[in-house]
Amino acid sequence: MGSKLPQEGRRAARRSGVAERPAAVDAEVVVRPVRQADLPEVIALDATVTGLHKADYWQRVYRRYGIGGQGLRHFLVAVQGDRVLGFMIGEVRDWEFGSPPCGWVFAIDVDPRARQQGVGTRLLAAMRERFERVGVRVLRTMLASDNPLILSFFRSQGMTAGRLIPLELAIGPQD
Amino acid sequence: MKLQKNTELALYSVLEFAARPGEHVPAAEVAAKYGESLHHLAKVLSELARAGIVDSVRGVGGGYRFAANPRRLTLLDVIRLFEDLGAAAPAAAQGATPVDHALGQVLAEIDQIAQATFGSITVATMLGMVERAARRSP
Repeated sequence: MGSKLPQEGRRAARRSGVAERPAAVDAEVVVRPVRQADLPEVIALDATVTGLHKADYWQRVYRRYGIGGQGLRHFLVAVQGDRVLGFMIGEVRDWEFGSPPCGWVFAIDVDPRARQQGVGTRLLAAMRERFERVGVRVLRTMLASDNPLILSFFRSQGMTAGRLIPLELAIGPQD
Repeated sequence: MKLQKNTELALYSVLEFAARPGEHVPAAEVAAKYGESLHHLAKVLSELARAGIVDSVRGVGGGYRFAANPRRLTLLDVIRLFEDLGAAAPAAAQGATPVDHALGQVLAEIDQIAQATFGSITVATMLGMVERAARRSP
């Protein structure tokens, strides 16, 4: 077989190949704009996923995209009863590098216990609908190349490589 | 970018089996569909079975069945069973010139993008793309 990385490949395949069967979401899931009362759960969910508790940051995001977000800025949550299952934040950005107005999604998190049940799909559909309402015809996001889970989610929604290429440069003293 | 023949055959096979979940598909059927020898295909399928991506059942009514999670298994998971995508970028050997280093950097960048792309496309996403392509075909 001429495989140089058979063990690594097998491990990855096994890891990926084991069918994950999360508990079903029974009650209705609703996607709506975030409310102040949702923030503790949003902060806790973010801390679960990222390992960082950033209460001040989320208060700022809430002020900008929650309270102040109407029409062009959106902070959406997917809830089931009182429980926040996930959230997504996006905004319309225009004329960056000559690009006509486009919808940018720059944050998404879904409770690990509620994944693979369409929560992310519902959040993205709701965001897309809001963007379309104001005439936006392109949806964009930027993701870490070493985060296959989130990359594969957006791929599963039909997103592909676009005409913009992200570049970066390390500046300041380098260790 | 060109994948090795075994890798391509593995991807075709995985998509064939995943498109027919729960069904045992005879290897001979896949070999005939893609114009490959059964002997060659058997080696590829054996590797996929060892990795737990397919199950095999012998005898009458036997064949191969997709055994992985299509929403988690990516193209990169399959490709890595058969080849090393990073092999194209030459490591900076002793005595390498600045041109070697610069070229290696560019090739490594391309390699990183290729891996991220393959690693982001699941079998389920591919099946959706195949379906859309089929609808567009006359």
